[in-house]
Parts: sequence; C-alpha cells; structure tokens
Amino acid sequence: MSSGAIAKKTETRALQSFLKRAGKSAALPVLKSEGLPHRGIEAWHYTSLRVLEDLDFAEATPLGEVDAQELLRNLVPDLTDGPRVVFVNGFFMPSLSSLPAGVTVVEREAVSAETHPLTVLNAALGRGGVRFHVPEGVDAGNLAIVSLSSAEHPISTHLRHEIALAPGARLTLLEIHAGQGTYLSNPVLRFDVSKAASVRHVKLQADSDTSFHLAFVEGNVAEEGTYDSFTLTLGGRLARHEVRCAMRGLHGNVHVNAAQILDGERHADLTSRITHAAPHCNSRQTVKNVITDAAHAVFQGKIEVERIAQKTDGYQMNQALLLSDRAQIDSKPELEIYADDVKCSHGATIGALDDEQLFYLRSRGIPEIEAKAILVRAFLGDALDLIVDEGLRSWLDARVDAWWAKQVN
Amino acid sequence: MPAVTETRDAVETLGASTYKWGFETDIEMDIAPKGLNEDTVRLISERKAEPAWMLDWRLKAFRAWQKMEEPSWQKPHYPPIDYQDAHYFAQPKKKPGPKSLEEVDPELLRTYEKLGIPLHEQAMLAGVEAPEGDVRMPVAVDAVFDSVSVVTTFRKTLEEAGVIFCPISDAIREHPELVQKYLGSVVPVGDNFFAALNSAVFTDGSFVFVPKGVRCPMELSTYFRINARNTGQFERTLIICEDGASVSYLEGCTAPMRDENQLHAAVVELVAMDDASIKYSTVQNWYPGDENGRGGIYNFVTKRGACRGRNARISWTQVETGSAITWKYPSCILAGEGSVGEFYSVAVTNNRQQADTGTKMIHLGANTRSTIIAKTISAGRSDSTYRGLVRMMPKARNARNFTQCDSLLIGDQCGAHTVPYIESRNMTARVEHEATTSKISEDQLFYCRSRGLSEEDAVGLIVNGFCKDVLKELPMEFAVEAQKLLQLSLEGSVG
Repeated sequence: MSSGAIAKKTETRALQSFLKRAGKSAALPVLKSEGLPHRGIEAWHYTSLRVLEDLDFAEATPLGEVDAQELLRNLVPDLTDGPRVVFVNGFFMPSLSSLPAGVTVVEREAVSAETHPLTVLNAALGRGGVRFHVPEGVDAGNLAIVSLSSAEHPISTHLRHEIALAPGARLTLLEIHAGQGTYLSNPVLRFDVSKAASVRHVKLQADSDTSFHLAFVEGNVAEEGTYDSFTLTLGGRLARHEVRCAMRGLHGNVHVNAAQILDGERHADLTSRITHAAPHCNSRQTVKNVITDAAHAVFQGKIEVERIAQKTDGYQMNQALLLSDRAQIDSKPELEIYADDVKCSHGATIGALDDEQLFYLRSRGIPEIEAKAILVRAFLGDALDLIVDEGLRSWLDARVDAWWAKQVN
Repeated sequence: MPAVTETRDAVETLGASTYKWGFETDIEMDIAPKGLNEDTVRLISERKAEPAWMLDWRLKAFRAWQKMEEPSWQKPHYPPIDYQDAHYFAQPKKKPGPKSLEEVDPELLRTYEKLGIPLHEQAMLAGVEAPEGDVRMPVAVDAVFDSVSVVTTFRKTLEEAGVIFCPISDAIREHPELVQKYLGSVVPVGDNFFAALNSAVFTDGSFVFVPKGVRCPMELSTYFRINARNTGQFERTLIICEDGASVSYLEGCTAPMRDENQLHAAVVELVAMDDASIKYSTVQNWYPGDENGRGGIYNFVTKRGACRGRNARISWTQVETGSAITWKYPSCILAGEGSVGEFYSVAVTNNRQQADTGTKMIHLGANTRSTIIAKTISAGRSDSTYRGLVRMMPKARNARNFTQCDSLLIGDQCGAHTVPYIESRNMTARVEHEATTSKISEDQLFYCRSRGLSEEDAVGLIVNGFCKDVLKELPMEFAVEAQKLLQLSLEGSVG
C-alpha cells in the first residue's frame, strides 16, 4: 500500500560523503545507482533515513589505546572476561581483545556482489571484520564482538563478520554495540550453520542517542541446524535490525526473538524474513515492543514457505505496549506460503498496560511504579525466555531494569 | 490423505466448462468507437445528457488520470492493459417499454433464466409490473445490463418511503444537489489510478439516498453483467444514509465467457451519518478464465465507506469466487465517535486465478470499533493474498480492532499470503490480529469420516464450516447463491 510517490533522493549529503569514500569498490556502481533506501521502497515504508541524510559522514580515525580502554570501561562496564574481539571506530583493538583459536580479524578485502541496500553500503565502505570457523563437533563456548564508536563529528563504520560452524559445532555469539557522539554503524553479520550445528546469537544495541544503526544479519541453516537469536534494542536515534534466515535442510530450527525498548524520539525498526526452503523445519518468532515518550517502533516480519517446504511449522508473535500518548507502532506481520501441508500462524496485539492487572497489583499494596515494572518485565518475558544461560539472562535483565529506572527518575 | 488427493484431482479436472454462466446475449448495441481521450469523456457525458458540472468533474478526473502511473505494488501480475483498445460506452438500443413478459426481448429473458432469476423477478427486471399483492419477497432490483440500467423496479414503493433508488445517471439529472454534495467525497477523483479512470468514464451504476430516520423497507440489489465484447465496465455506486437511516444493499455479478481479458474498475462510495447503518453485500462471480489462465475479468475496484456521524455503522460482506484477478479493499473511514466498521470476506481462487483483497479500517474518532474476518481458500495454481490496513489515529481513544485471517490451501501448487499493516498512534487503542494458514486437518477429516460421512461430504462440511463466520453475515437471498458458488468453484471438494 505504499504510494511510491516519495521521490528517490540520490543527491543527499550523506550519500555523497559515502560515494566519495567508496574509492574503487566493486559495490560503488550499485551504491551510486540505487542510493540509500527511501520510503518509496516497500521494505522501507515505515522507516525514513531523512534524519541522517544531511550529515557528512567522514572516515573514522582510530582512538588511542588509553582512550579506547576508558571508552570500553564507560560504555560496557559489565562486560565479563572471556574471549572477545573489540573494535573502536571500526578499528580492531588487539590490546582490548582476547581471541580464541580459529578467530581471525581481516582488514579490507574484496566482497562478492551485494544487492541489499545495507550490504551494498557495507561492501562499498567496509574494512573487514571477524572471521570465525568453528571446527566439526567443537563447542566454542562464548565469543563477544564489541563495536564501540566515539565521534566528535559524524563518522561511519561498516564492519563485516562471517561466522561458519562445521557440522555439529556450537557457539554463543554476543554482539554489543555502544558509543558516544554522532555516528552511523552499519554492520553485516553472516552465519553459515552446517548440519546439526547450533548457534546462539545475542545482540545488545545500546548506541548513543544521536547515532544511527543499520544492521543486516543473514543466516543459512543446514539440516538439523539451529539459529537462535535474541536482539535487545535500546539505543540509537534511528535503528534498523534486519535479519534474514533460511532453513535449507530438513529439520532446521530458527528462533528470531527481539525486544525493542524505546524512549525519547527514537525510531527502531526490526525487519525479518524467515525462509522455509526445506521440509520439516520449525521457526518461532516473538518480538516485543515497549514504547514510551515520542518513540516509534516498527516491526516487519515475514515467514516465507517455499513450494518444497511441506510440514513446515511457523509461528510469529508481535506485541506492542504503548506507554505514552505520543508513542507509535507500525507492524506488518506477513505470511507468504506456497506449500499446503503447513501450520503457519501469526498474531499481533497493540495496546496500553491492562488497567485490571495494574489494579490487581495495586490492591495488594504494590506501588504503581513497581506494579508497572512487574507488568513490563512479564510482557518482555516471552521474548527473553529463549536465553537459558543464567549469566547472560541476568546481564540482559539488568539492562532492561536500568532502562526502567531511567524512566522513573 | 486420500480425500485430499481426491479433492485435488477433482479440482484439477474442473475446466472452464463448469462456468455455467458463460454465455453472451445477442442484443443490438449502441457502441462508441474504441479509444480513450477527452472526446470519449465528452461523448459519454453527452450521450447521458449530463449537466455541464458533471462533464467538468469527469474531465478533471481524466486529466488527473493522465498524470497518474498504474500501480505495481500488488501481488497479482497481468499483461499491460491497453486503455486505448477498448470501448468505453455500450448501450442496448432503446425500445418502448414492455407491457408483459411476452414483449420482452427473449434474449434478455434467456440471460436471466441462465442466471437463475425467479420468473416474477425476471418480470420485474424486464420492467413488467408484478401482479398486485404478489410481493412475497420484496427485493428491489436495479439491473445493470452492460452500461445502462435497463429497468428499475419497486421504485414507487421506495419513493413512498422517501428512499431514492435509481441509476446514477438519473440521479445526476434529477437530484444534482445530492450527487454534487456526495459524489467523490469518499473516493476523490484522483484517489488512485483506477478510481480516476472510473470517475472519467463511468457510464452507470446505482444511487441510493435514504433520508433521516427511514429504514429502507426492502433489500436493494443490483445485478451487474458484462455483456458486449471489449467493453470495460465502469460502475459508480453512491449510497447515502442520513441520520438514523438504514439500508441493506446486495450486489451480484456474473459475466459471460470470452477470451479477451476485460477490465472492471468500479467505484463504490458509502456515506453514513449519525446512527445510520449501511450493509453492503457482494457475491462476485465474473468469468475467471479457463484452466490455463486465458481470459477472465480483471476486477479492480475501489470501495470505501465513510462513517461520518456518531454511532454510524458500515458493514462490507463479500464472497469472491470469480474473476481472473480480484483486486480490491472495501474500506471504512471511522470518523464519527462510536462508529463501527465491519468486513467479512470469503475469497476462493482456483486454476490460475489471482486475488489480492482485504480491507482498510481507518480509526479517526474515539470509541470506534472494527472487525475483520477474512477467509481465503486457494486451489489449483492460484494465488490469494489478504492485504489489510488497520490504522489508529491519535484521536482514536479507546478504539478497538479485531482481525482474523484464515487461509486454507488445497493442493501443493497454490499460494496463500497474508499482508496486514497495523499502525497505532494512540495508547488507549487496542488492536488484535491473528492469522493462520493450513490445509484441511486430518483430525477433522477423520472425525467426520468416523461418523459415517463420505470423504467428499467431509471436505464439503469442513470448507463450509471454515467460511461460516462470513456466510452467516450475508442476507438470506445471497447466502444460498454464495453457497452454490462456493460449491461450483471448488467442485469435487464440496461433494
């Protein structure tokens, strides 16, 4: 139902700054002809990049070691020790990192043809990123990829990580984004999950209030493989987390859960496309939005079932809690189904906190603020319950609690 | 799953021959030359003896249309339409009004007969007065035979109640103040590509005006038929209910078989004031094309209702079984406080049919409510999409929406898609949406079979049950026809 009447803007200052920096990249012609995504494109119907179009995004410069260390301490004070790769302004920081076996960090490298606007931008300006190959049958435990930015004038970073799991391998990947100042973070993350391998991807996006976050995640899951993910979006002036995941072998499993908890003037967009390309696969998706002030949440979720994917079981739930008069939600849960022997459903609800539930708690002597906190936490529970690791779960819970505490004060 | 296999086989064997309403009436026609330009618009306006303001209105629409691009965001695909390669005006040659059925053009009567219209209704349709006292089933029919309403029945009974029910071309001449006030007020001339085209070249349609406090004494009904070769049909319907008035309007469509694709771009506008209620029911059975997707009607329609007054109510019910492509979103603009919008839909596609249909519920006022129940059945190589919008605007305090979309797939070569858009700008508004896609459940089949039903009957029962929530919303006269159509469209699966 998009009108298509919104003109394509190719001459924006932001795009010019990207084109200037793209040099001889193979992705330059596409970036030049397609420009940045705009609302005339159906997939960008609800998210406009206008807020960043007038900015001039410069090449980032590395931060000194001492400053970088302090930045990490300030922005992610609760980061536990363990295998991790830290980037500051897009530059790998060996002194802050601790690389497990199998992890390499590549600088610039040629990227094969890209077509998605976010991956095109990434390919045109990218500086590489993490490559991790988990060998057959190995449980690689946890790995954290931390991307920090500190900008005095607008900069942009375009990291590209590629994670491959050999048959039967396992990994928990923790992806953390935070920063200060005005910057654009445009990460691309790809997972290749082989037979019976399993990856758990937990992402925290706590970028600065004046930053822009345009992320693209892609997963390919083979027979009996599993991709489980949970994304917590708290930061950014404008954010989009786009995930595409395809099950290409029998009995694949995919979870794409997320919580977008938004205050101020934030705009956050979660767009997903889950493709059932083989029979007997399961997908589950639970996305929760808690929106207050004048924030705006967007959810676009598509379940695609190809002709071959009989016995598909797909379920998607998207819910939004509006906590203020000016809060907004746009939701587009989509089913595209070409196989008949399937069980697919989705649900969506939008509303305020339930007065009766509040009353119930109040009548038991719980102060209003606390009662609301209980209800919000319970609301988010369905999405967070995917995180069974206690340490990780309490780490995420603490972030949610801190957000709530900020609202109350 | 033998029953499903059987069903699939049955569906596959269903050829174009089963379209029993595929016939063409041979009546002398008055046809305008092919092509579309300002002169065509002027010619239509002149032939219909329209006042100058109407011509200006049409020209404004035509000029808007010329500047517009044909939309391309929809799911259905079709070869480009050559708008110059069609007649925009076709009219049966005038004859003096018949006194009895014997005087009516026998071709016309045969058409009605094949449509299954009862004899006394045929007489009414053909303009013969019904015998006195024989008004068992008062249904007023405004029969649209190609572009011109051949006859309007029960006009007098309605006039006594104060209801105006007439072809829109008569209304333009006889009630210009009402037409000028409301025409284009819900669907503006430049609203979309096909609505602009319709505004420029519409030839006929129905006009209904129910004055303050009047409950329309009978169901109103129109039969649309596309008859002449290469004529696009551009119907324009306008229904207005003043404060406290109510009306139930029935629209039924069948079309003769032919090879060229035909465009049907109608516009329907509904206006409901304080406490008014409009119920609009459609059974759509245009020719769907043959099993290879040749021929068939393109049904690209703009239907929209505005609840302008407090507690107004607009209810759309549709059973869509025909057309090569069905592309429409009957919508409600819920402006009046406490107004109610409803949408009940069954869409059946088979062979190579494509459907992209749904609704838009725009909640502007406080305490507005809307309900959407959409049932989609896909078979053969068809594709069916539910596309809908629910929008809660900032002033829609305590507004409420409930949406349920269910799809049933028969066979592994078809597709069913659900594309809802849900937008909320008010925290007190509540929206609930749910959608499911499945095939006929083995459990349900087994249950029915274990109680002695044949597999065919069991499938029939389940499909009927699947659509029940919608079919029960139809007026009695249409419920029967709708069930017949369902059976015909999915012959084999319904026994």
